Amino acid sequence: MNKYETVFILTPVLSDDQMKETVEKFKKVLTDNGGNIENEENWGLRKLAYPIENKNTGFYTLIEFEGEATIVDKLETAFRRDEKVIRFLTFRLDKYAAEYAVKRRAVRKAKQEERAAQEAAQVEAAPVVEEAPKAEEAPAAEA
Amino acid sequence: MAQEQMRPNNQGEIRYLTPLSVDTRKKKYCRFKRSGIKYIDYKDPEFLKKFLNEQGKILPRRITGTSLKFQRRVAKAVKRARHLALLPYVTDLMK
Repeated sequence: MNKYETVFILTPVLSDDQMKETVEKFKKVLTDNGGNIENEENWGLRKLAYPIENKNTGFYTLIEFEGEATIVDKLETAFRRDEKVIRFLTFRLDKYAAEYAVKRRAVRKAKQEERAAQEAAQVEAAPVVEEAPKAEEAPAAEA
Repeated sequence: MAQEQMRPNNQGEIRYLTPLSVDTRKKKYCRFKRSGIKYIDYKDPEFLKKFLNEQGKILPRRITGTSLKFQRRVAKAVKRARHLALLPYVTDLMK
């Protein structure tokens, strides 16, 4: 079992529902082949640094998963068959990358919680100051 | 006061004999080794831009001071970022 990370870009012409549906489809490819999804991130619609297939934006999705080496072939075949995918990248995480991925996940989670806490604070004006400094320390550790 | 007035004259003379830059040049260092970064993330284009020139080319080690081990990793991260259109392959005036 290895840890892998994949990022793919979907065409911007899709609606939000279609986009989520497509992501679910690829997640199903992974789980059907004995993969274990560890993390999923949706970066939303981002600007591309250069046009791909005459498109200047795309939906980015990151999936971290664990599985046997054969799973990558299956996933990439699925990517190639799907016209909605304009670019993808899959690679194995080495030990440093895996360490970093865990840290990054924790940081993102902390940030999300902080944001949620802030929103809650704005709504209720309740004191949730304790959570904020914890989250701010973590991102500076590894750029 | 008298000493301070003397000094500019002396330095002016020395500058012609030996280039001053030799004395003032800072030692280059590998920022990854110094700050203990083990993995370079391709998902952070703003950070990777520190290792690119205005045209988006990867800067050589002799300029950035990065160690060989991390230069390889920087190159890999930049190439991954380019593939995913997080960084451009070619451009002008990136910064």
